[in-house]
Amino acid sequence: MAEARAIDGRSMVRRKAGLRLWLSAGWLGLLCVVALFAPWIAPKDPLAQDLFLGRLPPFWMEGAEPGYWLGTDSLGRDVLSRIIHGARVALAVALIAGTITCLVGATLGLLAGFLRGWVDLVISRLIDIWMAFPPVLFSILLIAVLGPGLVSIIIAIVVIDWTRFARVVRAEAMAQGAMDYVASARVAGRGRLGTMMREILPNVLPTIVVLLTLEMGIAVIVEAILSFVNLSISTDDPTWGGMISEGRTSVHQAWWVLVFPLVTLFLTVLAFSQLGEGLKDRFDPVLR
Amino acid sequence: MPFLRILLVRLLTTAITLAGVAVIVFFVIRVVPGNPIAMMLPPGATEDDIARLSALYGLDKPLLTQFGIWVAGVMQGDFGTSITTRQPVLDLVLGRLPATLELSIMALVMAMILGGAAALTGTRFRGGRTEGAIDVANGMALSVPDFLWGLVLILLFGVLMPVFHISGRVTPSLELPFTTNFYLFESLIRLRFDLWADLVAHMFMPALALAIPLAAIIGQLLKQSLKETMNLDYVTLARTKGYGETRVILREALRNAALPTLTLVGVQFTFLIGGTVIIERLFSYEGLGNMAIDAVINRDLPLIQGIVILFAVIFTGVNLIVDLLYTVLNPRLRHG
Repeated sequence: MAEARAIDGRSMVRRKAGLRLWLSAGWLGLLCVVALFAPWIAPKDPLAQDLFLGRLPPFWMEGAEPGYWLGTDSLGRDVLSRIIHGARVALAVALIAGTITCLVGATLGLLAGFLRGWVDLVISRLIDIWMAFPPVLFSILLIAVLGPGLVSIIIAIVVIDWTRFARVVRAEAMAQGAMDYVASARVAGRGRLGTMMREILPNVLPTIVVLLTLEMGIAVIVEAILSFVNLSISTDDPTWGGMISEGRTSVHQAWWVLVFPLVTLFLTVLAFSQLGEGLKDRFDPVLR
Repeated sequence: MPFLRILLVRLLTTAITLAGVAVIVFFVIRVVPGNPIAMMLPPGATEDDIARLSALYGLDKPLLTQFGIWVAGVMQGDFGTSITTRQPVLDLVLGRLPATLELSIMALVMAMILGGAAALTGTRFRGGRTEGAIDVANGMALSVPDFLWGLVLILLFGVLMPVFHISGRVTPSLELPFTTNFYLFESLIRLRFDLWADLVAHMFMPALALAIPLAAIIGQLLKQSLKETMNLDYVTLARTKGYGETRVILREALRNAALPTLTLVGVQFTFLIGGTVIIERLFSYEGLGNMAIDAVINRDLPLIQGIVILFAVIFTGVNLIVDLLYTVLNPRLRHG
């Protein structure tokens, strides 16, 4: 009886995890399509200003103008079109910054955890130093150094967040390195580098994939935070963070300028993180 | 390893970390484009003026010399002079520190209450819908960072139902009788509950925004260890004595389940303090983080250095204390 219920419970968990995975992937897929075809999908020019159409409410409210589905901001720019174009920056940062951070961090973590010795000593000290910086302040400082722009944001994210990967991968590589199969691979004549790439890496890969998904969500947030303090890309390009920053100042007059980009950002970050959690469950042998 | 040796090793690594932070921040901010001196002079200042003022702040010397002067000063507690306000960096930074500390500690307390309540309720009604709902809420809270929670709170309780203040630390028109900058603490000691209420009404939302992700972590971890503890023999024994489920959880299980959670809270607390930078900005709360962002925007190099070092000292300090406490509290490590 009890066992039957336990099995039932497990399949419940799996089904829920599956739904979560599909919902997140669906939202992110939709965003990718929207971002790719932004100029064709967006109903208006995201940069077009019209002071006569300033602070129009969304379509279901009184005073709405047809064609401006989610209303306009104080300069009369279409909120929906700006969200659609903002998806381009958000996803570009997520994919590029996330991937480079992953490559740098995972490589350093793998080297530290597998080679040990002085390599580990240096990398671990670096991680300690990095952990002593408040990350948001660090990123703002880096943007001040590098100047605003997409490339600067990506560099800042890589420089700050590589430790997230390095810490976890180092610990995992260390644990794997202590296992028998690694020793036998060495005895069988594999070199150190070969063992690392062929034996350790495949076993650490699931963890890396999960971390990468989470990092993409973090990258989206970092971009939004930098836009919020006005340090992101030039003010012309619509970004979710920039829209939120504008919306925050006029929230009492036009709540929709804040709410819609905020909801989009919220769902996107949630989707990345749920995708990561869902993948973690998939990889987890106990649940499988 | 004897305790003294652990202490020495940890102190040494902490010192190395702090030195590393000092070196990195000093050289990174000197690459920042934009001349801080030119920014503080009125338009129309001559090259001569800029050169004279640069000499005054020691910015005309070679980088390594500047670094040496700065380190020598820091050793004597002199962190230099802020370029924008022309006040000693140490005074400015220590003046703002209490605001940030009060915010962080309030957030920590809220996180412990929320997370604890979630874990206890989840354990009490485990296996049912209540636990499922708590798990979903936990997952949401964990997935979304403090910055977004802050914005959501502004919308909910600042605009939709305006019950809390969304900016500042205290209503500006109020007269403050305080001698220290620990307003919240001092208002309690002076029994000025009117001021205390005003301070809390300002602090509530930024503190909650910081607390939500940490509450989720505490809730998850504590529930997990509570459920494990509930299967132990001594808990079963308490149950056979006829104690009610709630009492067994609160009086028997909680005591043993709390330790692993507490050690984790220490590390997570440093992340929370790091989060104050953007949360203070979002709520225009006059703390260290808000001052830091202004300092970066104004290119106030000595002030940036001071703030980053102070944050690093707080982070490493908290980690050091947690590590040492863990060694003291965990007998296996002490005698190992």
